[in-house]
Amino acid sequence: MPAPVIEVEDLAKQYRLGQLQAGYDTLRDTIAHGASRLLKRERRPQPERIWALDGVSFSVEQGEVLGIIGPNGAGKSTLLKILTRITAPTRGSAVIRGRVGSLLEVGTGFHGELTGRENIYLNGAILGMTRREITRKLPDIVDFSGVERFIDTPVKRYSSGMYVRLAFSVAAHLEPEILLVDEVLAVGDAEFQRRCLGRMEELSGHGRTVLFVSHQMQVLARLCDRAILLREGRVVQDGPSEQVVARYLQAEGGTGSRRVWPDLQTAPGGKRVRIREVRVVDESGRLVDSVDVRQPVGIEISFTVLRDDVPVFPRIKVVDREGNNAFTTVDASPVWSEPPALGDHVATAWIPGNLLNEGLYTVEPGIASLGALGSSKLVHQARVPDGVAFHVHDPGEGDTAKGRYAGQFRGSVRPLLEWTSERR
Amino acid sequence: MLERTAVAQRAETIEADDELPAISDRVTVIRPASGLLRIDLRELWQYRELAATFAWRDLKVRYKQSLIGAAWAILQPVMTMVVFTFVFGTFAHVPSQGLPYPVFSYSGLLPWVYFAAALGAASSSLQMNSSLVTKIYFPRVLLPLAAVTVPAVDFLLACTVLGGFIGYYHLSVGVHALLAPVFMILAAASALGVGLVFAVINVRYRDVPYAIPFVIQIWMFLSPVIYPTNALHHAWERLILSLNPMNGVITGFRWSLLGTTPPSTLQVLLSVAAAAVFLLVGLAVFRRAEPRFADTI
Repeated sequence: MPAPVIEVEDLAKQYRLGQLQAGYDTLRDTIAHGASRLLKRERRPQPERIWALDGVSFSVEQGEVLGIIGPNGAGKSTLLKILTRITAPTRGSAVIRGRVGSLLEVGTGFHGELTGRENIYLNGAILGMTRREITRKLPDIVDFSGVERFIDTPVKRYSSGMYVRLAFSVAAHLEPEILLVDEVLAVGDAEFQRRCLGRMEELSGHGRTVLFVSHQMQVLARLCDRAILLREGRVVQDGPSEQVVARYLQAEGGTGSRRVWPDLQTAPGGKRVRIREVRVVDESGRLVDSVDVRQPVGIEISFTVLRDDVPVFPRIKVVDREGNNAFTTVDASPVWSEPPALGDHVATAWIPGNLLNEGLYTVEPGIASLGALGSSKLVHQARVPDGVAFHVHDPGEGDTAKGRYAGQFRGSVRPLLEWTSERR
Repeated sequence: MLERTAVAQRAETIEADDELPAISDRVTVIRPASGLLRIDLRELWQYRELAATFAWRDLKVRYKQSLIGAAWAILQPVMTMVVFTFVFGTFAHVPSQGLPYPVFSYSGLLPWVYFAAALGAASSSLQMNSSLVTKIYFPRVLLPLAAVTVPAVDFLLACTVLGGFIGYYHLSVGVHALLAPVFMILAAASALGVGLVFAVINVRYRDVPYAIPFVIQIWMFLSPVIYPTNALHHAWERLILSLNPMNGVITGFRWSLLGTTPPSTLQVLLSVAAAAVFLLVGLAVFRRAEPRFADTI
């Protein structure tokens, strides 16, 4: 087996806090402080230090697309900065085999006074292309950018859209063996993002290794085979990207895929019924964090009936990531038309495949009954807001409700409909 | 900083239409900064095109933004020469080694103006390119290096005026003229050496950029631009001034083109030694500070 393309071993980076905040001092201040310390015989004050990265290790095989996720300040950008050699680590090492290209920021080094063509040469050289290589690719780059009419105009007269397109076009024609991408996808319009993603997919399809840092979890889960989750400078999870993304989103929302209340007295509910356990399961009954959009997912509610005076029925409310109520549903089965037997029950709600959209969903499980005066009032006997959460991912194989579209549709649900069409 | 233990390295010709790229044998090893004062010449050579691109960019931008473009390169030393001739030549009667004072001062101003421009540009080169330094890796020394080459174009343009003077005053130019470039290289090395140190301080301290023009101004009066070295009466004065590499540069440049008194061997040796020390110290200081540029700039 060939050696990994990237081997990171115990990598750590320490920053002085002042270094992160105010970049500079004045020489005057330094001299003045030094002199007063000398006079008062004080020790030099120890600046506060933080570890932006603290012992990160992982390796990446050729052709692997690795996503790096984590909350702000987790060390994602620091990691990429070290791998691109912009800054040096404090400890540890990294071995990189192959030519590295980075899309840390497109358009780096563009100069407003220079024309589009001149900037292609400048930017290309900065990104590591040789002059010959640029000359050879120039027609492609110009063509791809769609600004050929203005190629001999100084870029300061470009619209911001043209500017970004030209910049990206140069970067997209880099042919690195290892591509490092940071949040660039956050800038630019939808069209630009689509191109970025298309280019990344193309590169990874050609056996190139890609390291991708993003906050767009759905995109990341789809593009990457594997993801690592960084928190406070450490790797806390490393695994298949859907799982890592699901865990991360669950942790971010504070909700996992299983909740248990061992103590009946404190379990959610009241004198009639108490919920004991809630789980997100797949078809075979296994606990899952993440589910393929095409597969059904079950919400399993275990509860204990303490008083059998009124009929009760299980109910779930499903909320999408934006907090919109996707739907609420109850079990309408005649089983629940009579008061239930005392003791333990398990009810599982099966959400069919091809119904939900991609993303994280939070479920409020509950046990309800109808109001005494009629059926127009729902009485919650037990419920757990933010009970469990799960993540839905679309592997992008073209057989779901978005077809071959690579972006993401909006909406809480995205059912796969039956279409009829005819030619008139 | 990162040591590139790297590496057998092939010429990079990854073809555009390649299917699966074979993994090139480039291996990069990233490690914490070590205190080695070593400049990786092989790496510099690899990045030579980028250095040239930086120089080309600065040149293009310089001549694009200005109204009269290249004329600035000539106007600045010529106007200075006129003022100097008026003040020092006509009023103060500063000796000029038998040359007409305009020619004397202009021939000193040529290398001086180059040196001052190169030093200023090198000192601010990291600052001016901070967006690059924080986003892309390349040997940072390329920036000051490119900065000292750009003013050479202005220098060459301004040299044409000296040619005019030589024709006008019917001065003869001997075979010594071939040595003039050597003195200019000495000037470039000195500007780079000092510029590297200033560039490092500039990254760290915000108030230093204001001091640099002042330093350059003082430096001019310590160089034989408006007066000849042999106007100094004491040997020790000359000796101390010889520690200023621009002393040897200007005296030597003038001699090589106009046949004035040549600099003494000692003076030349001292200037070369001083320039070498500046350069070595500059490189060492720069190299030491380099790993932190992206964090502090």
